[in-house]
Amino acid sequence: MSEAAYPVRPQRRSEIGEGGIIQWLLVTVAVVFLTSVLLLPLAVVFGEGLRKGWETFFAAFTEPDTLAAVRLTLLVAAIAVPFNIVFGLAASWAISKFEFVGKNLLLTLIDLPFSVSPVISGLVFVLLFGAQGWLGPWLEAHDLKIIFAVPGIVLATVFVTFPFVARELIPLMQAQGTSEEEAALTLGASGWHTFRHVTLPNVKWALLYGVLLCNARAMGEFGAVSVVSGHIRGLTNTMPLQIEILYNEYNFTAAFAVATLLAALALLTLVLKSLLEWRFAGELAATKRH
Amino acid sequence: MSVSVSIRNIVKEFQRFPALSGVSLEVKPGELVALLGPSGSGKTTLLRTVAGLEFQDEGEVFFDNINADGLSLRERRIGFVFQHYALFRHMTVFDNIAFGLRARPRATRPGADDIRSHVYDLLSLVQLMGLEKRYPAQLSGGQRQRVALARALAIEPRVLLLDEPFGALDAKVRKDLRKWLRQLHDKTRHTTLFVTHDQDEAFELADRIAILNNGVIEQVGTPAEILSRPGTDFVADFVADVGLSTLKATPLTWQRDVKLKAAQ
Repeated sequence: MSEAAYPVRPQRRSEIGEGGIIQWLLVTVAVVFLTSVLLLPLAVVFGEGLRKGWETFFAAFTEPDTLAAVRLTLLVAAIAVPFNIVFGLAASWAISKFEFVGKNLLLTLIDLPFSVSPVISGLVFVLLFGAQGWLGPWLEAHDLKIIFAVPGIVLATVFVTFPFVARELIPLMQAQGTSEEEAALTLGASGWHTFRHVTLPNVKWALLYGVLLCNARAMGEFGAVSVVSGHIRGLTNTMPLQIEILYNEYNFTAAFAVATLLAALALLTLVLKSLLEWRFAGELAATKRH
Repeated sequence: MSVSVSIRNIVKEFQRFPALSGVSLEVKPGELVALLGPSGSGKTTLLRTVAGLEFQDEGEVFFDNINADGLSLRERRIGFVFQHYALFRHMTVFDNIAFGLRARPRATRPGADDIRSHVYDLLSLVQLMGLEKRYPAQLSGGQRQRVALARALAIEPRVLLLDEPFGALDAKVRKDLRKWLRQLHDKTRHTTLFVTHDQDEAFELADRIAILNNGVIEQVGTPAEILSRPGTDFVADFVADVGLSTLKATPLTWQRDVKLKAAQ
């Protein structure tokens, strides 16, 4: 319709006629790069997983250790993600709506998990809670197990996925400013009412996006979890760790089958995100505009 | 129902930078007073202090005989219109106006029907009937401003405070809204303080004008008093251009006085 109404399109192309080749070149580079770096590996994962047919593929998931790994991954994500939603909301609210001493320090600390290698993050927890660690003797005396157990895995995952929600929210909340909150307060709303009905609805899409990213990382985290888990089969192996073990045992089909599941979860996350963006495009723009 | 506002010797510093150095101002019930001054003169800070959005280092604000220091933001019942309106962007016009009523504690919250009729009354008062389902992004600047005003009026405020109410509008809309706001004030008689840096606006709209400079009030008076007898060199200089344009336009307050006299 618009093409019929505005016959400028072909003209415009000729205006940047020299750009035609460059445009073509850029598109090609992008396509080649995306194919080789993103699509090909994904195709290989699915291809390898299904190489020996669906039967062997599904057989991989009847294995008790693998099932335990899937369960543990879901459990860890189910704890880490809500925790980081609460923390991310609280931190970004404080940082973007209030002035206080130590604000920059807090901002830097939130970024810490991004800048520190996950292996180091894991080691920190071993140094703190491990048998030889600072709190080790005390934990042992009270019969508490953190390292080489589920609590350690949850802790490491929470640490690594710390910044996702806060990092999504802070720039948006800062851009939105505080005047809507002030308006709500002068209209007699309580702090909680203001947060529930003004602040939260204004950032809900950014929050959702942060949660999806946080969740993807929580399920996929390898480095930090690997250090604190101890790789006890059926007990402290998450999906990524289980994939590594299966692979190292030359059980390729099973390894790729589990990898397929993990990749599918990641793809699902992306599809969900795109779906939400498409469905609520209008509202998304409205909350970003002033 | 109108209350007086008494501002007594307000001192306010921002990180050792003085924003207000001992400001006092008496506003009579039902009066429309302009806080006029160049940017950085402290006029917005004064307005926000009266609203309770900033806390003064020294001094007091009284509504009639009530010291505002002892009141929470909710208890102050201030109708504040922000410079860029600060409408809730994810809410419709209706929900924006109803916000203050719905935010009340359960015990004093009106029923849904009461809220609806109250909101529709306000919509007709600000002449926005039929737009209640729109979102702020779908409104013009002037319409947004009137929504902000209706939202502030919904809580039956003691005092109406307007921060640069016409600052974000183009010249034509500005003129119309000015006239309209004056008429609205004559109808509702809320004690009103508004901040502006535009001399014409202050002189055309206000009953009295307080001219601020560097955190102090240089002069308070009716437009006629200030024009005929500027109190300081700064005032004389600051209002030097007003004479011609505003006198030609005949201030709205003077028009009203003439009408009143004619009616008598």
